[in-house]
Amino acid sequence: MSEKLIETRNLGLVRDGRTVLDGVNFSIHPGEIVTIVGPNGSGKSSFLKCLIGALKPTSGKITQRRGLPIGYVPQRLDLDRTLPMQVARFLRLAGGDAKGRLAMVTRLGIGNILDRQLGELSGGQLQRVLLAHALVGAPELLILDEAAQGLDQPAVASFYTLIETVRREIGCAVLMVSHDLHVVMSASDRVICLNRHVCCEGTPTVVSAAPEYRQLFGYGTEGALALYRHEHDHRHDPARETGGGHLDRHEDQQEGHSDAG
Amino acid sequence: MPDEFVLRVVLAALGVALAAAPLGCFVLWRRMVYFGDTVSHAALLGVALALVLSLPVVLGVLLMALMVAAIILTAESRLHHVDTLLGVAAHSALALGLVAVALLGGAEVDLMRYLLGDILAVGWNDVAVIWGGAILCLGLLIWRWRRLLIASLDRDLALARGLKPRREAALFTLALAVLVAVAIKVVGALLISALLIIPAAAARPMAATPERMALLAALAAAASALLGLFASFRFDAPTGPSIVVAALLVLVMSGLGAAIFRRLRTATEGIQTIENSG
Repeated sequence: MSEKLIETRNLGLVRDGRTVLDGVNFSIHPGEIVTIVGPNGSGKSSFLKCLIGALKPTSGKITQRRGLPIGYVPQRLDLDRTLPMQVARFLRLAGGDAKGRLAMVTRLGIGNILDRQLGELSGGQLQRVLLAHALVGAPELLILDEAAQGLDQPAVASFYTLIETVRREIGCAVLMVSHDLHVVMSASDRVICLNRHVCCEGTPTVVSAAPEYRQLFGYGTEGALALYRHEHDHRHDPARETGGGHLDRHEDQQEGHSDAG
Repeated sequence: MPDEFVLRVVLAALGVALAAAPLGCFVLWRRMVYFGDTVSHAALLGVALALVLSLPVVLGVLLMALMVAAIILTAESRLHHVDTLLGVAAHSALALGLVAVALLGGAEVDLMRYLLGDILAVGWNDVAVIWGGAILCLGLLIWRWRRLLIASLDRDLALARGLKPRREAALFTLALAVLVAVAIKVVGALLISALLIIPAAAARPMAATPERMALLAALAAAASALLGLFASFRFDAPTGPSIVVAALLVLVMSGLGAAIFRRLRTATEGIQTIENSG
Protein backbone atom coordinates (compact mmCIF):
# COMPACT_ATOMS: atom_id res chain seq x y z
CA MET A 1 0.00 0.00 0.00
CA SER A 2 0.96 3.63 -0.37
CA GLU A 3 2.32 5.92 2.33
CA LYS A 4 1.15 5.63 5.92
CA LEU A 5 -1.37 8.15 7.20
CA ILE A 6 -0.20 7.99 10.76
CA GLU A 7 2.43 5.92 12.50
CA THR A 8 3.60 5.41 16.06
CA ARG A 9 6.98 4.06 17.03
CA ASN A 10 7.63 2.63 20.43
CA LEU A 11 4.88 4.77 21.93
CA GLY A 12 4.83 4.83 25.71
CA LEU A 13 2.48 6.58 28.11
CA VAL A 14 2.72 6.78 31.88
CA ARG A 15 -0.15 8.36 33.79
CA ASP A 16 -0.14 8.82 37.55
CA GLY A 17 2.81 6.45 37.82
CA ARG A 18 0.95 3.72 35.96
CA THR A 19 2.17 2.43 32.62
CA VAL A 20 -0.77 2.79 30.27
CA LEU A 21 1.01 2.14 26.98
CA ASP A 22 4.36 0.53 26.43
CA GLY A 23 6.23 0.27 23.14
CA VAL A 24 3.24 0.49 20.83
CA ASN A 25 4.09 0.29 17.13
CA PHE A 26 1.21 1.08 14.87
CA SER A 27 0.43 2.40 11.43
CA ILE A 28 -2.60 2.79 9.22
CA HIS A 29 -2.73 3.11 5.43
CA PRO A 30 -5.21 5.01 3.25
CA GLY A 31 -8.57 3.28 3.02
CA GLU A 32 -7.85 0.66 5.69
CA ILE A 33 -10.29 -0.28 8.45
CA VAL A 34 -8.41 -1.09 11.63
CA THR A 35 -10.04 -2.07 14.89
CA ILE A 36 -8.32 -2.00 18.24
CA VAL A 37 -9.62 -4.46 20.78
CA GLY A 38 -8.45 -4.98 24.31
CA PRO A 39 -9.66 -5.64 27.83
CA ASN A 40 -10.65 -3.13 30.45
CA GLY A 41 -7.90 -0.61 31.15
CA SER A 42 -5.76 -1.82 28.26
CA GLY A 43 -5.07 1.71 27.07
CA LYS A 44 -7.25 1.68 23.95
CA SER A 45 -8.86 5.05 24.52
CA SER A 46 -5.60 6.54 25.76
CA PHE A 47 -3.94 5.39 22.55
CA LEU A 48 -6.55 7.18 20.43
CA LYS A 49 -6.14 10.28 22.58
CA CYS A 50 -2.42 10.21 21.88
CA LEU A 51 -3.13 10.02 18.16
CA ILE A 52 -5.42 13.07 18.17
CA GLY A 53 -3.04 14.96 20.44
CA ALA A 54 -5.22 15.01 23.55
CA LEU A 55 -2.58 13.11 25.53
CA LYS A 56 1.14 13.61 25.27
CA PRO A 57 3.07 10.37 25.03
CA THR A 58 5.83 9.90 27.60
CA SER A 59 8.12 8.21 25.11
CA GLY A 60 8.22 7.22 21.47
CA LYS A 61 7.17 9.07 18.38
CA ILE A 62 4.02 9.79 16.42
CA THR A 63 4.43 10.74 12.79
CA GLN A 64 1.46 11.96 10.86
CA ARG A 65 1.25 12.79 7.19
CA ARG A 66 1.43 16.57 6.88
CA GLY A 67 -2.01 18.20 6.88
CA LEU A 68 -3.84 14.92 7.36
CA PRO A 69 -7.56 15.70 7.80
CA ILE A 70 -8.83 13.65 10.74
CA GLY A 71 -12.49 13.10 11.58
CA TYR A 72 -12.99 12.21 15.22
CA VAL A 73 -16.13 10.70 16.73
CA PRO A 74 -15.95 10.87 20.54
CA GLN A 75 -17.86 8.55 22.83
CA ARG A 76 -20.05 11.44 23.79
CA LEU A 77 -19.91 15.19 23.92
CA ASP A 78 -18.89 17.03 27.03
CA LEU A 79 -21.66 19.52 26.27
CA ASP A 80 -22.65 22.15 28.79
CA ARG A 81 -26.39 22.68 28.94
CA THR A 82 -25.96 26.44 28.90
CA LEU A 83 -24.58 26.18 25.35
CA PRO A 84 -27.46 26.16 22.87
CA MET A 85 -26.46 24.14 19.84
CA GLN A 86 -28.80 23.22 17.05
CA VAL A 87 -27.81 20.18 15.00
CA ALA A 88 -27.65 22.32 11.85
CA ARG A 89 -25.34 24.85 13.54
CA PHE A 90 -23.16 22.06 14.88
CA LEU A 91 -22.71 20.67 11.38
CA ARG A 92 -21.92 24.12 9.95
CA LEU A 93 -19.23 24.39 12.63
CA ALA A 94 -17.46 21.48 10.96
CA GLY A 95 -16.85 23.62 7.88
CA GLY A 96 -17.10 22.33 4.32
CA ASP A 97 -19.62 23.57 1.77
CA ALA A 98 -23.40 23.53 2.07
CA LYS A 99 -23.74 20.97 -0.72
CA GLY A 100 -21.41 18.50 0.96
CA ARG A 101 -23.19 18.97 4.27
CA LEU A 102 -26.58 18.37 2.70
CA ALA A 103 -25.32 15.20 1.05
CA MET A 104 -24.02 13.95 4.41
CA VAL A 105 -27.28 14.83 6.16
CA THR A 106 -29.23 12.83 3.58
CA ARG A 107 -26.70 9.98 3.67
CA LEU A 108 -26.96 9.62 7.44
CA GLY A 109 -30.71 10.23 7.59
CA ILE A 110 -30.63 13.13 10.04
CA GLY A 111 -32.57 15.64 7.91
CA ASN A 112 -35.54 15.54 10.27
CA ILE A 113 -33.60 16.54 13.38
CA LEU A 114 -31.64 19.51 12.02
CA ASP A 115 -33.49 22.04 14.18
CA ARG A 116 -33.21 19.98 17.37
CA GLN A 117 -30.78 20.78 20.17
CA LEU A 118 -27.79 18.45 20.56
CA GLY A 119 -28.66 17.90 24.20
CA GLU A 120 -32.14 16.56 23.34
CA LEU A 121 -31.02 13.82 20.97
CA SER A 122 -31.19 10.11 21.69
CA GLY A 123 -27.95 8.13 21.81
CA GLY A 124 -28.35 6.81 18.27
CA GLN A 125 -29.24 10.21 16.84
CA LEU A 126 -26.31 11.86 18.58
CA GLN A 127 -23.91 9.24 17.20
CA ARG A 128 -25.15 9.91 13.67
CA VAL A 129 -24.80 13.65 14.14
CA LEU A 130 -21.28 13.23 15.52
CA LEU A 131 -20.42 10.98 12.59
CA ALA A 132 -21.79 13.54 10.15
CA HIS A 133 -19.77 16.27 11.88
CA ALA A 134 -16.62 14.16 11.57
CA LEU A 135 -17.24 13.34 7.90
CA VAL A 136 -18.19 16.83 6.68
CA GLY A 137 -14.56 17.91 6.43
CA ALA A 138 -13.85 14.98 4.04
CA PRO A 139 -11.35 13.33 6.40
CA GLU A 140 -8.82 10.81 5.15
CA LEU A 141 -8.78 9.18 8.55
CA LEU A 142 -11.89 8.62 10.64
CA ILE A 143 -11.28 7.81 14.30
CA LEU A 144 -14.08 6.40 16.44
CA ASP A 145 -13.75 5.92 20.18
CA GLU A 146 -16.24 3.25 21.26
CA ALA A 147 -18.69 5.14 19.15
CA ALA A 148 -21.49 2.62 19.47
CA GLN A 149 -21.41 2.55 23.23
CA GLY A 150 -24.78 2.86 24.86
CA LEU A 151 -26.68 1.85 21.74
CA ASP A 152 -28.82 -1.27 21.74
CA GLN A 153 -27.81 -4.25 19.62
CA PRO A 154 -29.75 -3.49 16.40
CA ALA A 155 -28.60 0.14 16.58
CA VAL A 156 -24.99 -0.97 16.99
CA ALA A 157 -25.21 -3.24 13.96
CA SER A 158 -26.80 -0.56 11.78
CA PHE A 159 -24.27 2.01 12.99
CA TYR A 160 -21.35 -0.14 11.88
CA THR A 161 -23.04 -0.94 8.58
CA LEU A 162 -23.41 2.79 8.10
CA ILE A 163 -19.73 3.36 8.78
CA GLU A 164 -18.82 0.67 6.27
CA THR A 165 -20.98 2.13 3.50
CA VAL A 166 -19.84 5.66 4.16
CA ARG A 167 -16.24 4.51 4.10
CA ARG A 168 -16.76 2.82 0.76
CA GLU A 169 -18.17 6.04 -0.66
CA ILE A 170 -15.64 8.46 0.82
CA GLY A 171 -12.68 6.10 0.79
CA CYS A 172 -11.26 7.25 4.11
CA ALA A 173 -9.33 5.03 6.46
CA VAL A 174 -11.16 4.06 9.66
CA LEU A 175 -9.59 3.44 13.03
CA MET A 176 -11.88 2.36 15.81
CA VAL A 177 -11.77 1.11 19.31
CA SER A 178 -14.45 -1.30 20.23
CA HIS A 179 -15.45 -4.25 22.26
CA ASP A 180 -18.32 -5.23 20.02
CA LEU A 181 -16.02 -7.82 18.54
CA HIS A 182 -18.49 -9.98 16.68
CA VAL A 183 -19.85 -6.95 14.82
CA VAL A 184 -16.57 -5.16 14.32
CA MET A 185 -14.36 -8.03 13.34
CA SER A 186 -16.09 -8.85 10.09
CA ALA A 187 -15.83 -5.26 8.91
CA SER A 188 -12.14 -4.83 9.69
CA ASP A 189 -9.18 -5.30 7.41
CA ARG A 190 -6.95 -5.61 10.41
CA VAL A 191 -7.49 -6.14 14.11
CA ILE A 192 -5.01 -5.05 16.74
CA CYS A 193 -5.17 -6.65 20.11
CA LEU A 194 -3.91 -4.14 22.65
CA ASN A 195 -3.08 -4.60 26.28
CA ARG A 196 -0.53 -1.89 27.11
CA HIS A 197 1.48 -3.27 24.20
CA VAL A 198 0.34 -4.80 20.92
CA CYS A 199 -0.30 -8.43 21.79
CA CYS A 200 -1.10 -9.52 18.29
CA GLU A 201 -2.41 -8.11 15.06
CA GLY A 202 -3.57 -9.28 11.68
CA THR A 203 -6.72 -10.08 9.76
CA PRO A 204 -9.77 -10.85 11.91
CA THR A 205 -9.43 -14.60 11.31
CA VAL A 206 -5.73 -14.63 12.12
CA VAL A 207 -6.23 -12.61 15.28
CA SER A 208 -9.17 -14.58 16.59
CA ALA A 209 -7.08 -17.74 16.22
CA ALA A 210 -3.94 -16.26 17.76
CA PRO A 211 -2.95 -17.66 21.17
CA GLU A 212 -2.34 -14.13 22.50
CA TYR A 213 -5.85 -13.15 21.59
CA ARG A 214 -7.22 -16.34 23.10
CA GLN A 215 -5.31 -15.65 26.22
CA LEU A 216 -6.72 -12.14 26.47
CA PHE A 217 -10.28 -12.97 25.66
CA GLY A 218 -10.56 -16.65 26.49
CA TYR A 219 -12.23 -19.12 24.18
CA GLY A 220 -15.48 -18.14 22.61
CA THR A 221 -17.42 -18.52 19.44
CA GLU A 222 -15.54 -16.29 17.02
CA GLY A 223 -14.68 -13.86 19.72
CA ALA A 224 -18.27 -12.97 20.49
CA LEU A 225 -18.25 -14.72 23.83
CA ALA A 226 -14.56 -14.25 24.31
CA LEU A 227 -15.39 -10.69 25.11
CA TYR A 228 -17.00 -11.65 28.37
CA ARG A 229 -14.15 -13.71 29.65
CA HIS A 230 -10.72 -12.25 29.90
CA GLU A 231 -8.08 -11.66 32.48
CA HIS A 232 -7.44 -8.19 33.67
CA ASP A 233 -3.71 -8.37 34.23
CA HIS A 234 -2.67 -10.84 31.66
CA ARG A 235 0.81 -12.22 31.47
CA HIS A 236 2.06 -14.58 28.86
CA ASP A 237 2.05 -17.28 31.45
CA PRO A 238 0.11 -20.46 30.74
CA ALA A 239 -0.22 -21.30 34.41
CA ARG A 240 -2.47 -18.32 34.94
CA GLU A 241 -4.62 -19.05 31.96
CA THR A 242 -7.06 -21.17 33.91
CA GLY A 243 -7.31 -18.53 36.60
CA GLY A 244 -10.57 -17.49 35.07
CA GLY A 245 -11.66 -14.24 33.52
CA HIS A 246 -13.66 -12.15 35.86
CA LEU A 247 -14.79 -9.23 33.82
CA ASP A 248 -18.09 -8.78 32.24
CA ARG A 249 -19.29 -6.33 29.66
CA HIS A 250 -20.65 -4.09 32.34
CA GLU A 251 -17.26 -3.25 33.72
CA ASP A 252 -15.95 -2.69 30.23
CA GLN A 253 -18.46 0.04 29.76
CA GLN A 254 -17.43 1.70 32.97
CA GLU A 255 -13.91 1.76 31.70
CA GLY A 256 -15.14 3.75 28.75
CA HIS A 257 -16.64 6.32 31.05
CA SER A 258 -13.60 6.83 33.17
CA ASP A 259 -11.40 7.08 30.11
CA ALA A 260 -13.48 9.87 28.73
CA GLY A 261 -12.60 12.24 31.55
CA MET B 1 -23.30 70.57 31.43
CA PRO B 2 -25.64 67.87 32.68
CA ASP B 3 -26.37 66.59 29.15
CA GLU B 4 -22.76 65.81 28.46
CA PHE B 5 -22.46 64.16 31.84
CA VAL B 6 -25.40 61.88 31.13
CA LEU B 7 -24.01 61.01 27.72
CA ARG B 8 -20.65 60.06 29.26
CA VAL B 9 -22.23 57.83 31.86
CA VAL B 10 -24.55 56.15 29.35
CA LEU B 11 -21.70 55.53 26.92
CA ALA B 12 -19.50 54.07 29.65
CA ALA B 13 -22.21 51.71 30.89
CA LEU B 14 -23.18 50.61 27.38
CA GLY B 15 -19.56 49.92 26.42
CA VAL B 16 -19.02 47.65 29.40
CA ALA B 17 -22.39 45.92 29.03
CA LEU B 18 -22.00 45.22 25.31
CA ALA B 19 -18.56 43.65 25.74
CA ALA B 20 -19.39 41.78 28.94
CA ALA B 21 -22.46 39.94 27.62
CA PRO B 22 -20.91 37.87 24.79
CA LEU B 23 -17.84 37.19 26.93
CA GLY B 24 -20.22 36.10 29.68
CA CYS B 25 -21.76 33.54 27.31
CA PHE B 26 -18.38 31.87 27.00
CA VAL B 27 -17.90 32.12 30.76
CA LEU B 28 -21.08 30.05 31.13
CA TRP B 29 -20.32 27.62 28.30
CA ARG B 30 -16.80 27.00 29.55
CA ARG B 31 -18.01 26.66 33.18
CA MET B 32 -15.77 29.49 34.28
CA VAL B 33 -18.15 31.43 36.50
CA TYR B 34 -15.94 31.16 39.53
CA PHE B 35 -12.89 31.89 37.42
CA GLY B 36 -14.41 35.22 36.37
CA ASP B 37 -15.05 35.97 40.02
CA THR B 38 -11.46 35.25 40.93
CA VAL B 39 -10.04 37.41 38.17
CA SER B 40 -12.26 40.34 39.07
CA HIS B 41 -11.49 40.05 42.79
CA ALA B 42 -7.81 40.06 41.94
CA ALA B 43 -8.44 43.43 40.35
CA LEU B 44 -8.38 45.04 43.75
CA LEU B 45 -4.82 43.86 44.27
CA GLY B 46 -4.16 45.50 40.92
CA VAL B 47 -5.44 48.79 42.27
CA ALA B 48 -2.91 48.53 45.10
CA LEU B 49 -0.18 47.64 42.62
CA ALA B 50 -1.02 50.68 40.51
CA LEU B 51 -0.84 52.93 43.56
CA VAL B 52 2.57 51.61 44.58
CA LEU B 53 4.08 51.88 41.12
CA SER B 54 2.20 55.09 40.24
CA LEU B 55 0.72 53.36 37.19
CA PRO B 56 -2.69 54.05 35.71
CA VAL B 57 -5.26 51.97 37.62
CA VAL B 58 -6.42 50.27 34.41
CA LEU B 59 -2.91 48.99 33.75
CA GLY B 60 -2.37 47.75 37.30
CA VAL B 61 -5.69 45.93 37.26
CA LEU B 62 -4.98 44.41 33.84
CA LEU B 63 -1.56 43.14 34.94
CA MET B 64 -2.85 41.65 38.17
CA ALA B 65 -5.88 40.06 36.51
CA LEU B 66 -3.63 38.48 33.90
CA MET B 67 -1.18 37.26 36.51
CA VAL B 68 -3.82 35.62 38.68
CA ALA B 69 -5.46 34.10 35.60
CA ALA B 70 -2.14 32.66 34.45
CA ILE B 71 -1.45 31.20 37.89
CA ILE B 72 -4.86 29.53 38.02
CA LEU B 73 -4.67 28.23 34.46
CA THR B 74 -1.32 26.59 35.05
CA ALA B 75 -1.83 25.49 38.64
CA GLU B 76 -2.41 21.81 39.06
CA SER B 77 -3.00 20.17 42.35
CA ARG B 78 -3.36 16.57 43.37
CA LEU B 79 -4.87 17.52 46.69
CA HIS B 80 -7.40 20.17 45.75
CA HIS B 81 -10.16 20.40 43.23
CA VAL B 82 -9.96 23.40 40.91
CA ASP B 83 -13.04 24.84 42.67
CA THR B 84 -11.12 24.92 45.93
CA LEU B 85 -8.17 26.67 44.32
CA LEU B 86 -10.44 29.28 42.75
CA GLY B 87 -12.22 29.87 46.04
CA VAL B 88 -8.94 30.33 47.85
CA ALA B 89 -7.59 32.63 45.14
CA ALA B 90 -10.76 34.75 44.85
CA HIS B 91 -11.14 35.53 48.50
CA SER B 92 -7.46 35.84 49.28
CA ALA B 93 -7.01 38.23 46.38
CA LEU B 94 -9.92 40.32 47.62
CA ALA B 95 -8.65 40.35 51.21
CA LEU B 96 -5.07 41.04 50.19
CA GLY B 97 -6.27 43.80 47.92
CA LEU B 98 -8.31 45.44 50.68
CA VAL B 99 -5.41 45.26 53.12
CA ALA B 100 -2.88 46.47 50.55
CA VAL B 101 -5.00 49.39 49.41
CA ALA B 102 -5.56 50.44 53.02
CA LEU B 103 -1.88 50.15 53.92
CA LEU B 104 -0.43 51.67 50.78
CA GLY B 105 -3.06 54.09 49.67
CA GLY B 106 -3.70 55.67 53.00
CA ALA B 107 -6.82 57.65 53.64
CA GLU B 108 -7.10 59.34 50.28
CA VAL B 109 -8.10 56.16 48.40
CA ASP B 110 -11.82 55.65 48.42
CA LEU B 111 -12.19 51.88 48.46
CA MET B 112 -15.86 51.92 47.63
CA ARG B 113 -14.97 53.39 44.25
CA TYR B 114 -13.17 50.20 43.31
CA LEU B 115 -15.39 47.71 45.07
CA LEU B 116 -18.70 48.99 43.79
CA GLY B 117 -17.59 51.23 40.96
CA ASP B 118 -18.17 54.92 40.53
CA ILE B 119 -19.61 55.46 37.12
CA LEU B 120 -20.69 59.00 37.90
CA ALA B 121 -17.02 59.99 38.10
CA VAL B 122 -16.09 58.81 34.61
CA GLY B 123 -14.49 61.35 32.33
CA TRP B 124 -14.13 61.29 28.57
CA ASN B 125 -10.77 59.60 29.06
CA ASP B 126 -12.45 56.75 30.88
CA VAL B 127 -15.10 56.45 28.19
CA ALA B 128 -12.37 56.18 25.58
CA VAL B 129 -10.53 53.50 27.60
CA ILE B 130 -13.77 51.56 28.12
CA TRP B 131 -14.70 51.60 24.43
CA GLY B 132 -11.15 50.77 23.43
CA GLY B 133 -11.19 47.77 25.76
CA ALA B 134 -14.68 46.76 24.70
CA ILE B 135 -13.77 46.83 21.01
CA LEU B 136 -10.60 44.86 21.75
CA CYS B 137 -12.62 42.19 23.62
CA LEU B 138 -15.29 41.94 20.96
CA GLY B 139 -12.71 41.90 18.16
CA LEU B 140 -10.84 39.07 19.84
CA LEU B 141 -14.08 37.18 20.31
CA ILE B 142 -15.20 37.61 16.71
CA TRP B 143 -11.75 36.71 15.40
CA ARG B 144 -11.58 33.44 17.38
CA TRP B 145 -15.33 32.75 17.42
CA ARG B 146 -15.42 29.43 15.57
CA ARG B 147 -12.29 28.07 17.21
CA LEU B 148 -13.37 29.17 20.68
CA LEU B 149 -16.78 27.64 20.13
CA ILE B 150 -15.41 24.24 19.10
CA ALA B 151 -12.94 24.31 21.99
CA SER B 152 -15.77 25.14 24.41
CA LEU B 153 -17.94 22.40 22.93
CA ASP B 154 -15.51 19.54 23.39
CA ARG B 155 -11.78 19.61 23.95
CA ASP B 156 -10.96 16.36 22.16
CA LEU B 157 -13.07 17.32 19.17
CA ALA B 158 -11.11 20.57 18.92
CA LEU B 159 -7.77 18.78 19.21
CA ALA B 160 -8.70 16.28 16.52
CA ARG B 161 -9.47 19.21 14.23
CA GLY B 162 -5.96 20.50 14.80
CA LEU B 163 -7.08 23.37 17.06
CA LYS B 164 -5.24 24.32 20.23
CA PRO B 165 -7.76 24.61 23.08
CA ARG B 166 -5.12 25.90 25.49
CA ARG B 167 -4.29 28.78 23.19
CA GLU B 168 -7.97 29.61 22.81
CA ALA B 169 -8.35 29.50 26.59
CA ALA B 170 -5.41 31.85 27.01
CA LEU B 171 -6.78 34.34 24.47
CA PHE B 172 -10.20 34.19 26.09
CA THR B 173 -8.66 34.85 29.49
CA LEU B 174 -6.85 37.84 28.03
CA ALA B 175 -10.19 39.24 26.84
CA LEU B 176 -11.63 38.63 30.30
CA ALA B 177 -8.76 40.47 31.96
CA VAL B 178 -9.14 43.43 29.59
CA LEU B 179 -12.84 43.62 30.38
CA VAL B 180 -12.25 43.52 34.12
CA ALA B 181 -9.65 46.27 33.81
CA VAL B 182 -11.96 48.64 31.96
CA ALA B 183 -15.13 47.72 33.84
CA ILE B 184 -13.87 48.14 37.39
CA LYS B 185 -14.64 51.85 37.36
CA VAL B 186 -18.21 51.29 36.17
CA VAL B 187 -19.47 48.33 38.19
CA GLY B 188 -16.61 47.69 40.61
CA ALA B 189 -14.65 44.55 41.44
CA LEU B 190 -17.46 42.91 43.36
CA LEU B 191 -20.08 43.04 40.64
CA ILE B 192 -18.16 42.58 37.40
CA SER B 193 -18.94 38.91 37.14
CA ALA B 194 -22.62 39.64 37.70
CA LEU B 195 -22.56 41.66 34.50
CA LEU B 196 -20.85 38.77 32.73
CA ILE B 197 -23.16 36.04 33.91
CA ILE B 198 -26.65 37.48 34.40
CA PRO B 199 -27.37 38.81 30.88
CA ALA B 200 -25.95 35.61 29.35
CA ALA B 201 -28.13 33.50 31.62
CA ALA B 202 -31.12 35.68 30.72
CA ALA B 203 -30.50 35.04 27.02
CA ARG B 204 -30.19 31.27 27.34
CA PRO B 205 -33.91 30.28 27.37
CA MET B 206 -34.60 32.24 24.17
CA ALA B 207 -31.63 31.09 22.11
CA ALA B 208 -31.30 28.11 19.80
CA THR B 209 -27.76 28.82 18.62
CA PRO B 210 -24.69 30.25 20.34
CA GLU B 211 -24.71 33.31 18.08
CA ARG B 212 -28.28 34.19 18.96
CA MET B 213 -27.50 33.72 22.65
CA ALA B 214 -24.58 36.17 22.40
CA LEU B 215 -26.69 38.76 20.57
CA LEU B 216 -29.60 38.41 22.97
CA ALA B 217 -27.21 38.65 25.92
CA ALA B 218 -25.78 41.89 24.51
CA LEU B 219 -29.32 43.21 24.12
CA ALA B 220 -30.23 42.19 27.67
CA ALA B 221 -27.05 43.78 29.02
CA ALA B 222 -27.63 47.05 27.17
CA ALA B 223 -31.23 47.19 28.43
CA SER B 224 -30.04 46.47 31.99
CA ALA B 225 -27.44 49.22 31.77
CA LEU B 226 -29.95 51.82 30.64
CA LEU B 227 -32.62 50.67 33.08
CA GLY B 228 -30.12 50.54 35.95
CA LEU B 229 -28.77 54.01 35.17
CA PHE B 230 -32.27 55.45 34.99
CA ALA B 231 -33.23 53.87 38.30
CA SER B 232 -30.01 55.00 39.88
CA PHE B 233 -30.65 58.64 38.88
CA ARG B 234 -34.32 58.47 39.74
CA PHE B 235 -33.98 56.89 43.18
CA ASP B 236 -30.46 58.01 43.96
CA ALA B 237 -29.27 54.40 44.29
CA PRO B 238 -25.66 53.27 43.75
CA THR B 239 -25.19 52.86 40.01
CA GLY B 240 -23.26 49.58 39.65
CA PRO B 241 -25.60 47.63 41.93
CA SER B 242 -28.63 49.22 40.22
CA ILE B 243 -27.43 47.92 36.85
CA VAL B 244 -27.01 44.44 38.31
CA VAL B 245 -30.49 44.55 39.87
CA ALA B 246 -31.88 45.61 36.50
CA ALA B 247 -30.09 42.66 34.87
CA LEU B 248 -31.65 40.36 37.44
CA LEU B 249 -35.10 41.73 36.53
CA VAL B 250 -34.40 41.04 32.85
CA LEU B 251 -33.33 37.50 33.76
CA VAL B 252 -36.50 36.83 35.73
CA MET B 253 -38.67 38.24 32.95
CA SER B 254 -36.90 36.16 30.33
CA GLY B 255 -37.30 33.01 32.42
CA LEU B 256 -40.99 33.70 33.01
CA GLY B 257 -41.52 34.58 29.36
CA ALA B 258 -39.88 31.36 28.20
CA ALA B 259 -41.93 29.28 30.64
CA ILE B 260 -45.21 30.89 29.55
CA PHE B 261 -44.26 30.46 25.89
CA ARG B 262 -43.57 26.75 26.44
CA ARG B 263 -46.88 26.33 28.25
CA LEU B 264 -48.80 28.02 25.46
CA ARG B 265 -47.05 25.96 22.82
CA THR B 266 -47.73 22.61 24.49
CA ALA B 267 -51.30 23.74 25.17
CA THR B 268 -51.98 24.63 21.52
CA GLU B 269 -50.29 21.42 20.41
CA GLY B 270 -52.57 19.53 22.80
CA ILE B 271 -55.64 21.25 21.36
CA GLN B 272 -54.50 20.46 17.86
CA THR B 273 -54.05 16.81 18.76
CA ILE B 274 -57.53 16.69 20.23
CA GLU B 275 -58.99 18.38 17.16
CA ASN B 276 -57.15 16.04 14.84
CA SER B 277 -58.24 12.95 16.68
CA GLY B 278 -61.80 14.21 17.14
